[in-house]
Amino acid sequence: MAETEKMIFPAQLHQTADGGIVVSKLDDMINWARSNSLWPLVFGTSCCAIEMMSAADAKYDWSRFGFEVARATPRQADLIIVAGTIVMKMAPVLKRLYDQMPDPKYVIAMGACTISGGPFFYNTYSVVKGVDHVIPVDVYIPGCPPRPEALLHAMITLQEKIKHETYFGKAKTEEGK
Amino acid sequence: MTNEEIKTAVSALFPSVTYDETGEFLTLLITPAEIRSVMKALRYNTEFSFDYMFCLTCIDWKTHFMMVYHLLSKTHRHNIVVKAKIADVNKPEIETLCDIWQTANFHEREVYDLFGIRFLNHPDLRRLLLDEGWDGYPLRKNYVDENMISL
Repeated sequence: MAETEKMIFPAQLHQTADGGIVVSKLDDMINWARSNSLWPLVFGTSCCAIEMMSAADAKYDWSRFGFEVARATPRQADLIIVAGTIVMKMAPVLKRLYDQMPDPKYVIAMGACTISGGPFFYNTYSVVKGVDHVIPVDVYIPGCPPRPEALLHAMITLQEKIKHETYFGKAKTEEGK
Repeated sequence: MTNEEIKTAVSALFPSVTYDETGEFLTLLITPAEIRSVMKALRYNTEFSFDYMFCLTCIDWKTHFMMVYHLLSKTHRHNIVVKAKIADVNKPEIETLCDIWQTANFHEREVYDLFGIRFLNHPDLRRLLLDEGWDGYPLRKNYVDENMISL
């Protein structure tokens, strides 16, 4: 598997007299396509969103890794980066956004607030203590807030995860993420 | 006006008002019963002309609630604090000020939301920040939240 991970295009090319034949696995092709065009939802609730925007801008440019366009509607997005504190009032809104995204969909929990409530873990009546109480999370990024490099690392980690999925058979939702 | 001049002028109008000068601002201590008349005088009398309320909040002292109003005059460039003690902790009530300062409308809704003070004659006293169905008033000292983890 280590070799396929390093391959840019997951297939073997067999040269013939008038061209060539590409041999690959359907899973590898689908995962290759999917992992390299993740469309994140525009969703930021506090200071982590500033770092997320920074990761999208010219200096860090997440487009280089296949994240391209951030979508303003959940129906066109397949990745939600939960960037910021989620309060009790926001939780049902977040759940609805997640439900509106088409499968397959992925979640990155960015920053301390999103992972556990962070600085608002103790003595608060309003903050959700970890976004995984509301929606399932694929990748967690610690930090308060994490740097854009950390977000890029998390996104590449998510791509690696997607590359190990199977299209037929076990569905992603049954794996128990 | 200096603090001494304000004190003299206020005492001439309202002899029952007491003062506290230990804080950053001159503080007027009044009763909830006289709040409307005192605040109207502070707002509309040209010598005071407190035309800007920059803070409205509440403190829960367990034995009583203390309403705190920060006032500023843009013309005279002086500012004061007015405090009104609400003794009834079971049914705390005070008159609204949102017809005197428009900004009091949302501030009073916030105080109602978090402390449960009822502002009499407020035009739209609903919760502002929390959900409509929220149980209790979270900034009260006796607020109990089973999900809250205390340090």
